[in-house]
Amino acid sequence: MKTKEKQVTGSDRYEIRLSGSGGQGLILAGVMLAEAVGTIDGRNVAQTQSYGPEARGGASRADVVISDDEISYPKAMKLDLLLALTQEACDSYYHDLKEDGTLIIDSHMVTQPPTPRCYGFPFVQLAKSEIGVAMVANVVSLGTICELTGIVSKQALTEVVRRRAPRGTEEKNLKALELGFQIAKNVKK
Amino acid sequence: MSNQVKLLQGNEACVEGAVLAGVRFFAGYPITPSTEIAEGMARRLPRIGGRFIQMEDEIASMAAIIGASCAGSKSMTATSGPGFSLMQENLGYAYITETPCVVVDVQRGGPSTGLPTKISQSDTMQAAYGTHGDYYAIVLAPSSVEESLHLTVKAVNYSEMYRTPVIVLLDEVLGHMREKVVIPALDEIEVQERRRPAVPPDWYKHYAITATGVSAMASFGEGYRFNVTGLTHDELGFPTAVPREIKAMLDKLKDKVVKNADAIAEFESTEMDDDPKVAILSYGIVSRAAKQAVAMAREQRLKVGAIRPKTIWPLSESKVRDLLKPVRQLIVAELNQGQLINMVKQCIDRNHTELIPLQKYDGELITPSEILHKIKEVKHHAN
Repeated sequence: MKTKEKQVTGSDRYEIRLSGSGGQGLILAGVMLAEAVGTIDGRNVAQTQSYGPEARGGASRADVVISDDEISYPKAMKLDLLLALTQEACDSYYHDLKEDGTLIIDSHMVTQPPTPRCYGFPFVQLAKSEIGVAMVANVVSLGTICELTGIVSKQALTEVVRRRAPRGTEEKNLKALELGFQIAKNVKK
Repeated sequence: MSNQVKLLQGNEACVEGAVLAGVRFFAGYPITPSTEIAEGMARRLPRIGGRFIQMEDEIASMAAIIGASCAGSKSMTATSGPGFSLMQENLGYAYITETPCVVVDVQRGGPSTGLPTKISQSDTMQAAYGTHGDYYAIVLAPSSVEESLHLTVKAVNYSEMYRTPVIVLLDEVLGHMREKVVIPALDEIEVQERRRPAVPPDWYKHYAITATGVSAMASFGEGYRFNVTGLTHDELGFPTAVPREIKAMLDKLKDKVVKNADAIAEFESTEMDDDPKVAILSYGIVSRAAKQAVAMAREQRLKVGAIRPKTIWPLSESKVRDLLKPVRQLIVAELNQGQLINMVKQCIDRNHTELIPLQKYDGELITPSEILHKIKEVKHHAN
């Protein structure tokens, strides 16, 4: 099964989907991840998103495809990693995840995970309690993705979060990123 | 100086390309999914001595860029289907007055207001034949964000070299997706300027019949006198009803593009070296799915190739025939009900190559597996 999937998507292609509800900053998170991987780590990257009539609410997503080879098809075909911050997003996109793919969920929001084989963190709640704003949950989750997968370097991600964070929120976002690294490190132990 | 590497949207890359190529005037009416081009030009142009004007609609936008170009400024606008329709009348005015300008059309679903946020390639024929009368359009279509920059530069260059409007076709996915782009330094790209008059003002003919079909162009206010009209005109620009002059002017519009078709028409081929009998022809973002499908097919030992016109129009007949020499079955994949396939029909030998349509028009991008499926179907019937 594993080899067949590899055949389909090309050997070093890595596909990530960040999903949740509109307004959670997932497209910005996708842009940050893509910018770090592409412009600093120096790999090839394609970032796409689905625009819909729903600007807020509903399932929202940003896809990031990473490869050392040329990326032909820019959209995700079979996900290596799915981040789901809501139950709806998890239900909508879980079937796009590879059998051995990584699922990361917000453990408070996704109350019925489709599989026990997943990483759960209370991103939104942690963002509120540790940083003071729920808004930075997107950056906390980027930190965990970085720590768990190593698909992007910490240094690149930190630089981009500093650069792309809305003015005046740089410190909060960097703290959020650090929090993301930390909670993932605790799980890995 | 080392080159800048940026993560950009296709639309933003068009802005970079336009600025590098020397565009200093943009008039437009923002419309999804092209809005980022207007936004980018509005940010950039005032800082570099250019002008950005948001007009009351697309009719006026087109008129404004023609005027700016007559005054000597490289000019551009950007729009999507509904706005592109409104621009057609004045686009014809630019063709007949031989005024260089660039129109970027970021395609969405149509007709009419259609699907503002969904992908389509249904303006393909409109880009080549949208306005009335006999004329020959130049239409370029990038397939990546980086190429959006480079083909915008090329579009500006062609418009100046051939004194004609040039259309750049993007689509919703390419316009909005982000990829890594190496921003070239100015001395790394070729920038063309329009030919300037080499004669004294008294001898100047704004529409002089020349061997190449391209006339030198003076700007308003430089002391050269010329008339600009949408009526069919003589070499000075005054309306004519003389059959000989009418024909000469229409031949001029045709020849300057058609006689240069081999130079203008560019193609990218993938896995065509071992002469596959089956190939996929597609343009723009669809060709990215085709390339992936070819890679998947090759892994399954299916001999298939892909051909991508970077220039949708003019299609060079000799180049197309040459590329299709080994190909007995050509799958034409596109996001509409069969526009590219119609254009391709004109320049192939259908006794030699069978055309097989693969059309998707549900607002979604075609997937590599859909193309692979078609490849297998075609291969199966061939055996």
